[in-house]
Amino acid sequence: MKDRLFNIMVFMGACITIILLIAAFLTLLINFIPSLKAFGLKFFFGKEWDPIKLNFGALPFFIGTTLTSFLALIISVPISISISILLGEYLKEGFIASIFKNLVELLAGIPSVIYGFWGLFVLVPFVRKIEVFLNVPPVGVGIFTASIVLAVMIIPYSASIGREVIELVPTDIKEAAYSLGATKYEVIRFVILPYARSGIFAGILLSLGRAIGETMAVTMLIGNSNEIPSSIFSPGNTMASLIANEFAEATEILHLSSLVGIGFFLLIITTVISLVGRYIIKKISVTERRYA
Amino acid sequence: MRKIEHDRLRFVKNKVFKITVIFLSLIAIIPLFLILFYIIQRGIEIISWNFVFELPKPPGEEGGGILNALLGTGILIVVASFISVPLGVLAGIYMAEQKESVVTRIARLCLEVLQSIPSIVIGIVVYLWVVKPMKGFSALAGGLSLAIIMLPLVVRSTEETIKLIPLPLKESALALGVPYYRAILKVILPASLSGILTGTLIGIARIAGETAPLLFTAFGSSYLTLSILKPISALSLLIFNYATSPYEEWHKIAWGASFLLVTLVLILSIIARVMTRKWKTRF
Repeated sequence: MKDRLFNIMVFMGACITIILLIAAFLTLLINFIPSLKAFGLKFFFGKEWDPIKLNFGALPFFIGTTLTSFLALIISVPISISISILLGEYLKEGFIASIFKNLVELLAGIPSVIYGFWGLFVLVPFVRKIEVFLNVPPVGVGIFTASIVLAVMIIPYSASIGREVIELVPTDIKEAAYSLGATKYEVIRFVILPYARSGIFAGILLSLGRAIGETMAVTMLIGNSNEIPSSIFSPGNTMASLIANEFAEATEILHLSSLVGIGFFLLIITTVISLVGRYIIKKISVTERRYA
Repeated sequence: MRKIEHDRLRFVKNKVFKITVIFLSLIAIIPLFLILFYIIQRGIEIISWNFVFELPKPPGEEGGGILNALLGTGILIVVASFISVPLGVLAGIYMAEQKESVVTRIARLCLEVLQSIPSIVIGIVVYLWVVKPMKGFSALAGGLSLAIIMLPLVVRSTEETIKLIPLPLKESALALGVPYYRAILKVILPASLSGILTGTLIGIARIAGETAPLLFTAFGSSYLTLSILKPISALSLLIFNYATSPYEEWHKIAWGASFLLVTLVLILSIIARVMTRKWKTRF
């Protein structure tokens, strides 16, 4: 009797996690409907976001999100691949390796709001100097500043996945290359990187997912302008930073619904990206086990 | 002759590559040192007993503390843990015991998706679930959104720890005629306690600095509240509001709060890491 009760309870626990996700998904979808009805596809392609005239088009934020995330990826990818190679091949174990690994993990532990705060007082004046040098308006905040901080924040994720995949490369094919007289660079370049390619790609994909959803640091550093950014130095807004700025003040149903719609879109994109990334990683570790 | 030169080029390439890799890797930790340096340098000078035990003062006035935010973060963590730990442990037990069931597979997928959802989206969902029907921001709503962020970590650590426990332990309990539920509650759970605790600690370290979902659930408050049905402040919210304010005095307070928050997160993750190492060697 009590066994049955216990079984039902643990079963319910597992079910609630499923229900939670489905309910969240439906809640967002249902609350997005009023805005979708009012604007239709114009919601996705409209360039104007005006809470006063109740006209909502989300294009500037799609562009803002794409720009910041890809700029952050361009900055972070060479660095995170270097860290994966360093920890996976050059510094496999030892005191220095574990210190370095912990330092990189610390980067992931620092709260987003503190990255934003630090960026506001240290990075923004620095970017202003670059902007003066480049002869663009020295605002300091903008797409570029947000991307730099975003890049730092996503490095630990792709670096740790990259390291794990590099460690999965079978020792015999590396040794085969060494026995032919290859240098370490040649082994990494022609054996390890091609072998670990899809895993490294998955790591980058997962960190892209993070970058797209990252909110606080971006909100504090991007300048919050609802226009389509004209250059990487101009202020803009991402989907997440727009929600952070306007959600608490959205009183009109249409305004709220449009913000929910952007949140719904954010959910879909990050879910797809993470499922694809995890699928690739799972496939690699499964084939690995088969040949081991 | 040519072969030697070719080889020399290869070795030079090898060296250059190694140096580039080390150089690029070191670039990544420069921001870390810069951030820690600024937080320690600017944070320590403001921290005092008054800073910890006083309520904030209006802008322009000297002094004032962050007691409300500290207590708020504490209350939010407690509320979140109260929701997510029992639920997560139950789900974890099910998933570890019924490895192949359909529900386990779907739940595992759902938890993975849940973990990848941006925290601000979770904030929206909780706003629509709790804040809107109850017509007001509250610590309960804030705690719930943090609980959802924490849940996957608790479930996974419970599941993985229980799977690590040697089967004979459960079998011998069952062989003695103990009912299944008691075998789980009295033998398996105590044995996996340290793993569950570690998962919970990692979860708490993760949510302690969360800001985005709190913006429109807990919302923040400059009063001292112990009620979970009222808006409540948190260290992270205070840092966000004070850092983006134009007042010099508030920026100083935000540095102090950042120092406390980073210290809290670091201590939690260090404890969790030490515990992981201990528990891994046990079986």
